[in-house]
Amino acid sequence: MVAQPKLDALNARLDALTQSAGGGWLGAAREDALGRLKAVGLPHRRDEYWRYTDPSALVSVAPAAGGEDEEADPFDEIDCFEITIEDGEPSWRGDLPEGIDIGSVAQEGSADIHWARDIYGVLEAAGSRPVTRSLAMLNTAFATDGLLLHVHGTVDMPIHIRYVGGGDPILHHCVKIDSQASVTLLESGYPGARFNTVMEVDIADGGACDHIRIQGRGADRHANTHLFARLGSESAFKSFTLSQNGTLTRNEAVLDLTGDDASAHVAGAAIGANAFHHDDTVFVTHGALNCESRQVFKKVLRDGATGVFQGKILVKEGAQKTDGYQISQSLLLDDDSVFLAKPELEIYADDVACSHGSTTGAIDETALFYLRSRGVPRKDAEDLLVLSFLAEAVEEIADEELRQHVTDLLEGWLRD
Amino acid sequence: MTALDEKIREGVDRETVEQVKALSGTYKHGWNTEIEMEYAPKGLSEDIVRLISEKNDEPEWMTDWRLAAYRRWVGMTEPKWAMVQYPEIDFQDQYYYARPASMTEKPKSLDEVDPKLLETYQKLGIPLKEQAILAGVEPAPEDRKVAVDAVFDSVSVGTTFKAELAKAGVIFCSISEAIKEHPELVKKYLGSVVPQSDNYYATLNSAVFSDGSFVYIPKGVRCPMELSTYFRINAENTGQFERTLIIADEGSYVSYLEGCTAPQRDTAQLHAAVVEIVVLDDAEVKYSTVQNWFPGDETGKGGIYNFVTKRADCRGARSKVMWTQVETGSAVTWKYPSCILRGDDSQGEFYSIAIANNFQQADTGTKMVHLGKNTKSRIVSKGISAGKAQNTYRGLVSMHPKAKDSRNYTQCDSLLIGSECGAHTVPYIEVKNNSSRVEHEATTSKVDDDQLFYCRSRGMDEEEAVALVVNGFCKEVLQALPMEFAMEAQQLVAISLEGSVG
Repeated sequence: MVAQPKLDALNARLDALTQSAGGGWLGAAREDALGRLKAVGLPHRRDEYWRYTDPSALVSVAPAAGGEDEEADPFDEIDCFEITIEDGEPSWRGDLPEGIDIGSVAQEGSADIHWARDIYGVLEAAGSRPVTRSLAMLNTAFATDGLLLHVHGTVDMPIHIRYVGGGDPILHHCVKIDSQASVTLLESGYPGARFNTVMEVDIADGGACDHIRIQGRGADRHANTHLFARLGSESAFKSFTLSQNGTLTRNEAVLDLTGDDASAHVAGAAIGANAFHHDDTVFVTHGALNCESRQVFKKVLRDGATGVFQGKILVKEGAQKTDGYQISQSLLLDDDSVFLAKPELEIYADDVACSHGSTTGAIDETALFYLRSRGVPRKDAEDLLVLSFLAEAVEEIADEELRQHVTDLLEGWLRD
Repeated sequence: MTALDEKIREGVDRETVEQVKALSGTYKHGWNTEIEMEYAPKGLSEDIVRLISEKNDEPEWMTDWRLAAYRRWVGMTEPKWAMVQYPEIDFQDQYYYARPASMTEKPKSLDEVDPKLLETYQKLGIPLKEQAILAGVEPAPEDRKVAVDAVFDSVSVGTTFKAELAKAGVIFCSISEAIKEHPELVKKYLGSVVPQSDNYYATLNSAVFSDGSFVYIPKGVRCPMELSTYFRINAENTGQFERTLIIADEGSYVSYLEGCTAPQRDTAQLHAAVVEIVVLDDAEVKYSTVQNWFPGDETGKGGIYNFVTKRADCRGARSKVMWTQVETGSAVTWKYPSCILRGDDSQGEFYSIAIANNFQQADTGTKMVHLGKNTKSRIVSKGISAGKAQNTYRGLVSMHPKAKDSRNYTQCDSLLIGSECGAHTVPYIEVKNNSSRVEHEATTSKVDDDQLFYCRSRGMDEEEAVALVVNGFCKEVLQALPMEFAMEAQQLVAISLEGSVG
């Protein structure tokens, strides 16, 4: 039973939204999600999974005012296939690379039969248990559009999803990766005042997906992103996110290892100052034998910025030989910044090696002194130490060129 | 029985060790004392609260304090966030007060106490006669003594070594006595660490606590002996709600031990205690617990539901608290001994071993709240799960903005024995200044095959080998225990795991 204040908040929010027309597979998924949402209501500060992040800006009827991002696209120099989503509408030009089909939710939602029927809202619903993810449910029910990517071979060029424009978009992507197929997905630019995305990635046996996301430096961003991945046997999923600034960013990743010998890595590097509030919420479920997972999250905070990490490794009964690793670290560059962490383990199998670590502290004065004594100016020395602190997360990017690109970008950001 | 046997029986450890050997594998304190009891009517109401207050002959302010707590409690709901599951507790189907009939007139000295009660404690290995205790294997020095306050169901049956403690200025008595004889101290400190409204079970305890221990160590006094409380639940369907209040005045030191057992019964029993510790400037308190309530049988029937609130307030500068706990009993454990590090340079430590076997469920941990400058805390938690048990570490480390230059180190290790049990870690880390350093590490693994193989190849059977490896796993915590408890705890570790291998 949803309490009255929650119900009022939900009704106010729902009144401001219109569910897009369309029967077919999409209509059914939307109805289902709306039903689930109505049963739980919108998140509230008092909910356990929102104890460190106030969701009011994400659930309010209208978004707070936000400016547009004037930055050049961070992946400009990378040779890739670009899909632009402007003001919530996707478009792409030119010949598709081999091994991938691209469609959109708005155009293909009314069909009776579509592969996306087995993914859209399905992974989200599975990932909303046992943790309630109301904003993902809201997304499934009200997304105006999104991409349908079907990867059936080895795509030799990264697929770049680039967001431009403003507004308050709700977007829902589905990615289906066939057996032995592989793709690299890039995401960049989160303009506008508020942004709610869901990306569901279903990887069949032996498939692979690398996901690299740069959330930019827009100071006014309010973003709530959800990544749901289901991994088959011997499949691999890697996701890395780089963020700077933004008023409120909550990145949720829900990874479900359902096949034996699968591997899932999720990493993030965030730098923020002032009103910056950055939240990484991760839930990794080991449901098969001999799987491996890694969570690496690093945050550098100054001038009253807040960093949040909520990570969980769940090892189900029978998921023997699991190797689960989780690290969350923050560097507080001054006394006003805050780091809040809840790194959890929930383990029901005995033959496992799971560990987590979390540290918080100031920059190492000895290292700083060493660099300064070698003639490095204070600011440069600090940047160098910040960069080396973030390196463990950046190293989670498998592709060497992209890794170098992100490192260069980060260096540039620190220098500005 | 020879004179030598008689002598050994006076010793806590030796006694325990003997019984452990004789009864290995079964819960050794599961017997029940046949004794005439006096109960308050079943159920909970304002009248029952008044009755408890009346039975304890309390002044009006105490009755009012209890009633205020009861009224709050009525409007509260049971917390559900812990990873434990148990059938709903019917709070009206409990006795909130039970005392041996012979205690209606409080005995003036231990000589007047019902011999049956004394026998009970004798059997548990708790010496209520004022004799020095043989501690461990080595002969103890002459002055090695432990003063005991024994609580049987709802009342304290006696406190030993009172006179000797009084010489040092130490007050050690039951809390019901303290309410009458030292009202100024009780009024000042009761509820000041764990307020009435703290949580569901603490509020319930505030309303119905029947007895418990009270300790006051005056300025600059190093308590001449270890103090100890022994809790025994005997009556059926009776909840035990004891309240302990320890005040360590400036520059004082005390080491306090707590032990608990209950008979083996089919129905679950409730235990909701509150322990409050106030530590002033430069004082130090060591609080050690060996919790061995009846854990329920191999099928999960019966056992104690243990909902305990323990908190120490390091109010003074340079004050220090050390919690050490060995949690082997109870069907359900819900317990988070905490430290509020308010004074500058104060220190809090938490060492814990939690063992859950069969159908036991333990959700335990600590809170370290750093408020003062340059405060330090250390958490070492070892959780062991076997059978179908669930064992959760839940903890909070909080560095407030003003707690400059503070340090925390947390280590939580979990060991799984068998494929049907669970081990969980739920830490909360909140850092609000940058001059403090917080480190948290947690690992989960199974008993190392190589180590087991090594032990087996030296001729140990599998259970012995597991017990040895587990004892090694717990070593850091066992070492933090006072000698009286360390040996008993080691044996308990082995015993609690019996039947979990093979």
